[in-house]
Amino acid sequence: MEYVISVLLSGISVGGQYALIAIGYTLVYGILRLINFAHGDVFMVAGLMGIYLTSSLPIGISLPLVILLTVALGFTIERAAYKPLRDAPRMSVMISAIGVSYLLQNTATYVTGGQPMTYPTIPFLSDTVNVAGTQTKWVVIITPFLVLALVVALTILIDRTKIGMAMRAVSKDFETSRLMGIRINGVISVTFVIGSALAAIGSILFFTNYPAITPTAGAMPGLKAFVAAVFGGIGSIPGAVLGAFLIGICETIIKGLPSAWDVSVFSDAFTFALLIVILVFKPQGLFGEAATDKV
Amino acid sequence: MKKDRNFLPSLIGIILLLLFVVLLENISALIPGLPQIFQPTSPLFTVLKKAAVYSLVAVSMNLLNGFTGLFSLGQAGFMLLGAYTYAILTVPSAQKEQVYYLFGGCAFDSSIVDIFGNVFGTSGVGGAVSMVLGCLIAIVAAGCVAGFFAYLIGIPVLRLKSDYLAIATLGFAEILRAIFQWQKLGPVTNGANMIKGFPTFSDFNITDGAGNVLVRLSTFVPFLISSICIMLIVLLIHSSYGRAFKSIRDDEIAAEAMGISLFKHKMMSFVISSFFAGVGGALFAMYVANAQAKAFTSVMTYEILLIVVIGGIGSVSGSVLATFLYVACSEWWLRFLDSELYIGGFKVPLLRNGFRMVVFSVVIMVIVLFFSQGIMGNRELDILSLIKRKAAAKPAEKKEERK
Amino acid sequence: MANALHLENITMQFGGVVSVNNLTLDVPEGKIIALIGPNGAGKTTAFNCITGVYQPTNGLIEFMGKPMVRNHPTGKDAKNYKGENADRYVKDPVLAPTPDRITGLGIARTFQNIRLWKSMTVFENVLTAKHQRASQNVFSATFRGNLAEENRMREETMDLLTEQGLDAYKDELAVSLPYGLQRRLEIARALATKPSLLLLDEPAAGMNPQETAELADFVKEIREKYDLTVFLIEHHMDLVMNISDYIYVIDFGSEIAQGRPEEVQSNKRVIEAYLGVTEEEEE
Repeated sequence: MEYVISVLLSGISVGGQYALIAIGYTLVYGILRLINFAHGDVFMVAGLMGIYLTSSLPIGISLPLVILLTVALGFTIERAAYKPLRDAPRMSVMISAIGVSYLLQNTATYVTGGQPMTYPTIPFLSDTVNVAGTQTKWVVIITPFLVLALVVALTILIDRTKIGMAMRAVSKDFETSRLMGIRINGVISVTFVIGSALAAIGSILFFTNYPAITPTAGAMPGLKAFVAAVFGGIGSIPGAVLGAFLIGICETIIKGLPSAWDVSVFSDAFTFALLIVILVFKPQGLFGEAATDKV
Repeated sequence: MKKDRNFLPSLIGIILLLLFVVLLENISALIPGLPQIFQPTSPLFTVLKKAAVYSLVAVSMNLLNGFTGLFSLGQAGFMLLGAYTYAILTVPSAQKEQVYYLFGGCAFDSSIVDIFGNVFGTSGVGGAVSMVLGCLIAIVAAGCVAGFFAYLIGIPVLRLKSDYLAIATLGFAEILRAIFQWQKLGPVTNGANMIKGFPTFSDFNITDGAGNVLVRLSTFVPFLISSICIMLIVLLIHSSYGRAFKSIRDDEIAAEAMGISLFKHKMMSFVISSFFAGVGGALFAMYVANAQAKAFTSVMTYEILLIVVIGGIGSVSGSVLATFLYVACSEWWLRFLDSELYIGGFKVPLLRNGFRMVVFSVVIMVIVLFFSQGIMGNRELDILSLIKRKAAAKPAEKKEERK
Repeated sequence: MANALHLENITMQFGGVVSVNNLTLDVPEGKIIALIGPNGAGKTTAFNCITGVYQPTNGLIEFMGKPMVRNHPTGKDAKNYKGENADRYVKDPVLAPTPDRITGLGIARTFQNIRLWKSMTVFENVLTAKHQRASQNVFSATFRGNLAEENRMREETMDLLTEQGLDAYKDELAVSLPYGLQRRLEIARALATKPSLLLLDEPAAGMNPQETAELADFVKEIREKYDLTVFLIEHHMDLVMNISDYIYVIDFGSEIAQGRPEEVQSNKRVIEAYLGVTEEEEE
C-alpha cells in the first residue's frame, strides 16, 4: 500500500512537471504549427541557470531571475530562429528548431564541460514530509497543486483577456487574424514567454526531484511532454495537462515494476509506443479538432 | 535518354575516384618519407571513412526528406538495426563466447563468415573469399532487416501528416534503442553491452602470412560500398518512380489524382531509404568496430538531417559534399578549437573542450536561417528566397561529381 | 447510349453542413456535360466525391456501368444525417476506392486552383502522369531494365505536348508558364493518364474571352481525338452554352434544373439563382 502511494505520488508529481513543459509545446503548436524541438532544451538551460545563479545569489532573488532569463531566452529564440522563417515551408522551421536544440545542447556541454551538474537543494521544496507513511519531498506534494493553479490562471488569461482572445484567433486562423490586424508577432512572442516561464518553473520542480543535469537532460522530458500534448489533442491546455499526468504516472509505474522483469528500460519507450498508438487511432488526440484539407 | 547521358561519365568518375582512394591510402608504403598526413594513422583517413559512411546515410535521408517530402527522423533507428544485424551475423563463432560472456554465449552461435569458411577454407585466398562474401551478405541482410522494420512501422505512421510523422519515427527509433538494450534479449543483442570482434574495414587490408599489410583497402571498402549504394539511389531518383516521389513531394493531392498511389510510393521510398540507412548502419559498425545501441541516439539523426540541409534538401551531390565538409570540420579541421591554445604568452580566449561544437552549431544555424538552399542551391542572401524555395525549384542534382 | 458516369442520390455532409444533397445525374458516353451553379453550390464537392477525394456520406456512383463508389451513413453520421435515401444502400457493401485507383479506372481531372508539380518542368509534369500506366516495377525501373518503355513514355509525352502547342516550353518550369498555358498543361497532364472520362473543374477561370473561345474549340477537339467523355464545372456561361450537350444546375447542393443549354438558359429558377434573388455574392 505504502509502495503504491509512493509510486502514485511521484507519478503525479513528474506528470505535473511534464505538464508545465507540455503547455509550452501545445501553445506554440496551436499557433505556429511548429514542434518546438528546442523547448526541452530551454527547460534544461533553465535548470543550469538555476545551478549557477543559486550558487552566487540568495534563493529569493535567483529563482525569479531564472524565470526571467528563461523567458528572455525563449523570446530570443523565437525572434532569432523562427520569425525569419515565418513564410518558409514548415519543414524549414522544424529544422531550425532542431538546429536551436543542437546549439543549446552544445553550448551547455561547453559551459559545463560535459559533466553532470547537481541541482542545489532548495529550502522547503527539498524538505521531506511524511504522507500516509511514505517519506517524500515537499516538491512532490506541491507540484500538482501548483500546476492546477497555473493552468487555471492560464485558462483565465486565454478566455478573458484581450491577448488571450488574440491567441485563440491566431490559432484558429493564422492568415485571417493577420489580415484582421492582430499583431501576430506580439501574440507569438507572448506565447513563447508563457511557455518559457512555465518551463522554468517546471525545471525548478523537476530538478529538485532529479538533481542531475546533463546537456541532454532536457531532450527526453521535452519529447515526453510533447507526446503528452499530442495525447491531449495538440492546442488544448487541459488535454496537455491530462496527458502529462497520465504519462508521468504510467512511467513511474513501469519504473516501479519488479526488477526481475527488467522492463524499466522501457519507461521512455512506453511513451513513444503510446504516441504511435494515439496517432494511428485518434490523431487529433483527446480534445483536439480534426483538420481537413481543402482541395 | 536525357538523364542517362550522364551515366557513363559519372561511372568513369566514380571508378577514378575509387582508384585514387586506393592510391592515396597506399602511397605512404610506396614512397617512404611522405608527411604525416599520408600515413595510415592520419586523420585524413578517419575523415574519409566516416564521411563515406555518413554520406550514404545522408543520401538515404535525402531520398525520403528531400525527394519524397516525408519528414522522417528515424534514420538512427534504422542504422541501429543495420549495425546490430551485421554485428550479430559476422562475429566469428570463436569470439562469440567472449563477447557474450554475460549471457553465456550468443543465440546465433555461428557466423556467416564461418559458414563460408567451411566451404572456401579459412586461410589464404579461401579465407578472404569467405570473409568478403560473408560481410557482403551480412551488409545486405542489415539493409533488409532495416527495410523490413520500416515496412512494419510504415503501415501505421505513413498515413500521418508531416510533423506527426517526424515525431512518430523519432519515437520509433527511441523504442528500438530501448529494446536493444533490454537485458532479456541479451543472448541476441548482448544487452546494454557492445558487440565487437566482427570484421571491420581494416580486415579488408590484404596481408601476407605474417600479418604485414601489403595493400591497404580499409578506406577503399566504405567508398566502394557507399558509391554503389548512392549510385543505385540516383538511378532510382531518375527513374519513373523517382518522378513519382517528387510529384508526391510537390503536391500530394495532384499526385494521387494522376494515379500515383500515395501509400504505395511513400512506403517504397521509406523502405528503400531505410534499407540504405541499414547498410549505412552496418558500415558505421565497421567504422567504429563495435555495435552499441546507445550510440544511435536522436542526436545522430539530427546530425545527419543537418548535413542534408547544409548540402541542400533535394540534392544528392549536395548531401555528399556536405558530409565530407561536415565530417572533415568536426573530426579534423576544427579540432584545434577544442584545445587551449597559447600564442606567445597569450591564451586565446574561449578555446577549450566543447567549443568546436558550439561554433559548429552556430554555423549550422546561420546556414538554416540565411542559406536555406544549402551548398547546392542559389546562394542569395535573401529571406525572400526562402519563400520561393519550393517554387524557384532546382533540378539540382546536376552531375553527381562525388557519388 | 450508355452512361460513362452515373451519380445516384449522392449526398455529402460535413458535420451538420450538407454540401451536396441527393444529387442524381448521368453523363452519357462521348458527350460534354456541364455542372453549373453559383459559388458554394457544391460543384467541386461533387467532383471530389467522384474522384475519391471525399467519400460521399450516402449514394452510389457508377462508372462505365459498374459501381465504383458506394456508401451509406453510419455511426455519428447516421444520427446527424439530413439527406434522403439513407436506407437504400445499407445492404450493399461500401465501396471507397482511393483517388489513384479511380484514375486507374479511367477518370482524370483538373483542379480549380491549378495544381501542377512546382519543381518539375512542363515535360516532367506530363511524363510523371504516365507513371501509373507503366508496367515496370521499382527494380526494373532502377536498373533500367525496360528502357524501351521509358523511351516510349517520353515519346508519347512529347507527342502530347506538341499537340497541345506546349512543346516550345517543355524544359521550362511548369509554374513559370502563363496562366492560360498552365491550365492547358493541366489538361495535357490529365490526358497523359489515358482517361476515358475527363473532369474539368472551371477550366476557363481567369481566362480572357479569346482564351475562353480557344478553350471551347480545344475541348471539342480533344473529345474527338481521344474519344473522351467530358464533364465540366464552369462559370463562363458563354463557354458552357457553347460546348455542352446537356447541363445540370445545382444550388445549395441540390439540383434545381437540368436540360439542353437553351432550356436551361430560359429556366426561371436558374435565372433566379444566378441573378441572386436569394444570394448576393455571385460574380
